[in-house]
Amino acid sequence: MAAKTLYDKLWDAHLVQQRDDGSALIYIDRHIVHEVTSPQAFEGLRLAGRKPWRVDSVLATPDHNVPTTVTERASGISGIEDPVSLIQVQTLDDNCDEFGIVEYKINDRRQGIVHVIGPESGACLPGMTIVCGDSHTATNGALGALAHGIGTSEVEHVLATQTLVAKKMNNMLIRVDGELVEGVTPKDVVLAIIAKIGTAGGTGYAVEFGGDVFRAMSMEGRMTVCNMAIEAGARAGMVAVDDITIDYVKGRAYAPTGEVWERAVEAWRDLKSDDGAQFDEVVVLNGADIMPQVSWGTSPEMVVGVHDNVPDPAQEPDAVKRDGMLRALEYMGLNAGQPIADIKLDRVFIGSCTNSRIEDIRAAAEVVKGRKKADSVKQAMVVPGSGLVKAQAEAEGLDKIFVAAGFEWREPGCSMCLAMNADKLGAGEHCASTSNRNFEGRQGYGGRTHLVSPAMAAAAGVAGHFVDVREFVRT
Amino acid sequence: MKPFTKVTGIVAPMDRANVDTDMIIPKQFLKSIKRTGFGKNLFDELRYLDVGQPDQECTGRPLNQDFPLNQARFQGAEILLTRKNFGCGSSREHAPWALDDYGFRCVIAPSFADIFYNNCFKNGLLPLVLSEAVVEQLFQQMYQTDGYQLTVDLQNQQVITPAGEVFDFEVDEFRRHCLLNGLDDIGLTLEQADAIKAYEAKRRENAPWLFDAVKN
Ligand code: SF4
Repeated sequence: MAAKTLYDKLWDAHLVQQRDDGSALIYIDRHIVHEVTSPQAFEGLRLAGRKPWRVDSVLATPDHNVPTTVTERASGISGIEDPVSLIQVQTLDDNCDEFGIVEYKINDRRQGIVHVIGPESGACLPGMTIVCGDSHTATNGALGALAHGIGTSEVEHVLATQTLVAKKMNNMLIRVDGELVEGVTPKDVVLAIIAKIGTAGGTGYAVEFGGDVFRAMSMEGRMTVCNMAIEAGARAGMVAVDDITIDYVKGRAYAPTGEVWERAVEAWRDLKSDDGAQFDEVVVLNGADIMPQVSWGTSPEMVVGVHDNVPDPAQEPDAVKRDGMLRALEYMGLNAGQPIADIKLDRVFIGSCTNSRIEDIRAAAEVVKGRKKADSVKQAMVVPGSGLVKAQAEAEGLDKIFVAAGFEWREPGCSMCLAMNADKLGAGEHCASTSNRNFEGRQGYGGRTHLVSPAMAAAAGVAGHFVDVREFVRT
Repeated sequence: MKPFTKVTGIVAPMDRANVDTDMIIPKQFLKSIKRTGFGKNLFDELRYLDVGQPDQECTGRPLNQDFPLNQARFQGAEILLTRKNFGCGSSREHAPWALDDYGFRCVIAPSFADIFYNNCFKNGLLPLVLSEAVVEQLFQQMYQTDGYQLTVDLQNQQVITPAGEVFDFEVDEFRRHCLLNGLDDIGLTLEQADAIKAYEAKRRENAPWLFDAVKN
């Protein structure tokens, strides 16, 4: 039998029907639903008199526009001040009640960002196909699963049929060899990858992240990397299963147990690319070359090392890219050649589905401990990815470290990642953010986002400007 | 999706060319979380004399009495008769949603904008093309006859007037099949329900953990 890639194996295992026109019907094991992209899908089901095909394969939670202040959250749904947000969250509740879908409601302690609660609860497992009406669903690929985002009409299609009409993608391997330098994090790795291949580099590919660096990386780190596959243009990113994966899954709320667990583990052991499997494209980076990264522009590929300077468009031979760089500099209010360390921050945001898990919170707390937020920084907020992450952090006393340093400790949700709720940047404000998108206006009209790791964001919040967290921690 | 086989219904006019989707359903109504309820705002700017707001109760709003849908003789219309290039503009699926929600089953025109034409089939609405000459003839008959009705027979691809005249029309065979049987994309996939079930049964045996219920 021909050697297969991990993606080939996942695809083949879920193929229900191959069609003549090259499209296929693939089976979906897990469907995660949130309040923004689901209302019309449920409405469609209702109008057609349809029921979900396998209702217990679905897990829902509101995340995009739930408020994250303690006061607003205290009164549950009615505490949501924005009327459109309120209607969306209420509609999700109503739909889940009507169709019998399990939902972690706004003040359920398991509520959180869809891509955090999936793996955390064990609802998402190795070898599954996982979809959600959100482009960062690839996060779950860290489990050795095929996970990607879908549109509202597809949400309805999956609810009604448990399948998706899809075309097979090409295979890409991104290998990071060797070891990371101490203090360099998974976020830096993925930013460096995007800087190398560009925001369209992965378009049309399912990407497998491999090499020594990923074998040594924690599950949460792998999630951070897979999360941003879409920023490199790839709908799906994944990492092969190993002991780290299996240890992570064991004991989770929805993980199998007993004899079924043994069978599952045996099957999961095969979730890796065979020796000699053919990839359509292979990209190789050297782990030791990756420095802590900071994005300077308005696209996730506009990234440099913290010791670098803002690049000079005049040095860019490609006219289209040069134009893009000039526009980005203008929007960001930066000058070519300016040292990254000179960029002053107005706000700090530690959160989002990229970096809001317990390891992220711990990394930020370690930097902040015993220090104070710079006076020039108006606001620094830490938004845990789920109620369970929040509880864990509080059990470790991390919330107190942040509060003592002048950082806000919030309730779980997407928050300032996309500024759908009240958490927003003002025009012209610079923000050190652990999220995944730095597009114009993403975190508020005119807001200037710099993508960094949690430790780098925390250090910037204390220093008031970007610093190399590795040197900072030593001082 | 409800099937479309044969409809006999009152014909209402939209006597102008290039009716765009913003005219069919203005953009302030797109924020809704629903795909129903757009009918009361169908042709909002032409139908009412004030500017419509989302979530507004429409019963008390001042009506434009010159607009056909506000006239007694066109109440309950199921067939819209219009001129060329109907549905141009944005790709919003809200346009067919609004027509459908109002109660229209069929739009007859000499031509349609592409995306709108496709969107109609996904929502159980039949966009029906007749020549400009025939459309003109139907407009004349409709204006002369109170309660003018047409029969649209998709099975036989014919439009039949009250006097018994018959006009044949063309429609893509695959789309006709879907409409006659009420098959949208989901409906089509559900025609493969047996294949999905067979896959599920096999998978359940080999990998039972994939079927553990998400419980509260
Ligand atoms: S945290 Fe941001 S990127 Fe992630 S799901 Fe929420 S809005 Fe989307």
